[in-house]
Amino acid sequence: MKIAAYSIKTLSVLFFLYSAISFAGVKEENLNPQDGGEVNTQEEVTEYILHHIKDSHDFHLFSYTSDGERKHVGFPLPVIVWTSNGLTTFMSSEFHHDDAGKVIVEKNGVKLTKLHSKIYELDATASGVNFDAEHHPTNAKKLLDFSITKSVFGVMMIGLLMLLWFSRLARQYKTKQIPTGFGRVLEPLVLYVRDEIAKPNIGPKYRKFTGYLLTVFFFIWILNLLGLTPFGFNVTGQLAITACLAIFTLIIYVASGNKHFWQHILWMPGVPVLIRPVLAIIELAGTFIIKPFSLLVRLFANISAGHIVVMSLIGIMVVMKAELGAPGATILSFVLSMFITLIEVLVAFLQAYIFTMLSALFIGMSVAEHDHDHDHDDHGHEVPDAEDVRADFI
Amino acid sequence: MEEMVTYVPNLVGAGLIVIGAGIGLGKIGGAAMEGIARQPEATGKIQTAMIIIAALLEGLAFGALFLGK
Repeated sequence: MKIAAYSIKTLSVLFFLYSAISFAGVKEENLNPQDGGEVNTQEEVTEYILHHIKDSHDFHLFSYTSDGERKHVGFPLPVIVWTSNGLTTFMSSEFHHDDAGKVIVEKNGVKLTKLHSKIYELDATASGVNFDAEHHPTNAKKLLDFSITKSVFGVMMIGLLMLLWFSRLARQYKTKQIPTGFGRVLEPLVLYVRDEIAKPNIGPKYRKFTGYLLTVFFFIWILNLLGLTPFGFNVTGQLAITACLAIFTLIIYVASGNKHFWQHILWMPGVPVLIRPVLAIIELAGTFIIKPFSLLVRLFANISAGHIVVMSLIGIMVVMKAELGAPGATILSFVLSMFITLIEVLVAFLQAYIFTMLSALFIGMSVAEHDHDHDHDDHGHEVPDAEDVRADFI
Repeated sequence: MEEMVTYVPNLVGAGLIVIGAGIGLGKIGGAAMEGIARQPEATGKIQTAMIIIAALLEGLAFGALFLGK
């Protein structure tokens, strides 16, 4: 426990330091990539924040101007798109960090360009992107995009890391009494999810679902924390990711629903017959739409809002420069964003906890053995005696 | 100016949502505080229930903000 507490402390300090490092780049990052000049307006800061919230095709750490030329520091990711000539792959560095449809890459006989973090295919005759009044391209169309984007990269990386950490932890229990190394950090967290989230909410059948709950908990938590580093991950702030997680929960609690669960949805016992169809409609909407929707929107909105707040406070540096002077604005934005980043570390855990907790609650509702005709002795919710830790891991 | 006016209903709606969510969260927090003060030994259970209700409320508020955007 001591080691775990110490490691968590060290981790928080590290994450905090990372966000501090990102300040060094921010002022330059705010520069508009097209004009190469300094950013001083609120609009440009807003654009920068919105750009960060979206997924992107490369890691962009910072930019600077040298000899009147924009230099970008970051690393590219592979672009994999399904064009009208079939599968096309290349590295995103060929776009030269352009995001306004100015650089046109010719690959596999098609013209491709990147516009607001999306890859477009230009018409064969076009030599540049034309825009209509709402700034939508008129001579380019969207593509099926299977690229390894920043978020995909984050998901893959965390998936591999978790596989490594937890398979190692599981192997250690076969030979040792207690885990060694990083396993000591993970064990109390695993036990916490099992004993505080899975057992009380699901009941005696908790073992079947603990694996999913642990996976979701660590996946969301680690990716939330990764979002606080200057690499600009915003994985859990992508609707696609949170929707996918919510659909997993939906499938699990619908598939494991027992007789009582369906009875309480479709033909609620103990209420007048005329009201039962009305209740069935409400219950069906609640089970299939509202529950997963609230899960996915909560995570997405919390994480996105957190990112926007942190970025806005960093943006104070640029916006308030005229009023406070560069040093004053920098100190103000540093202090404010430091504290909000610390709160975000808490939110990162809280959102992972809430998602896991509600998933467990929903699963618990669908597997609970409830007998309404008899007295409520709650035997279905009884938790068996705490088993040996080893038993659950092997 | 016209552009600004079209934003007004959204902003007022967002404000109303936040007021409603604030009242709800305040009631939850207040009740939990009272409960903990009366029965400090039930702190853990009360906190868990409080967080769940707060999360459900928050989901509702975020859903409304998200749909109203």
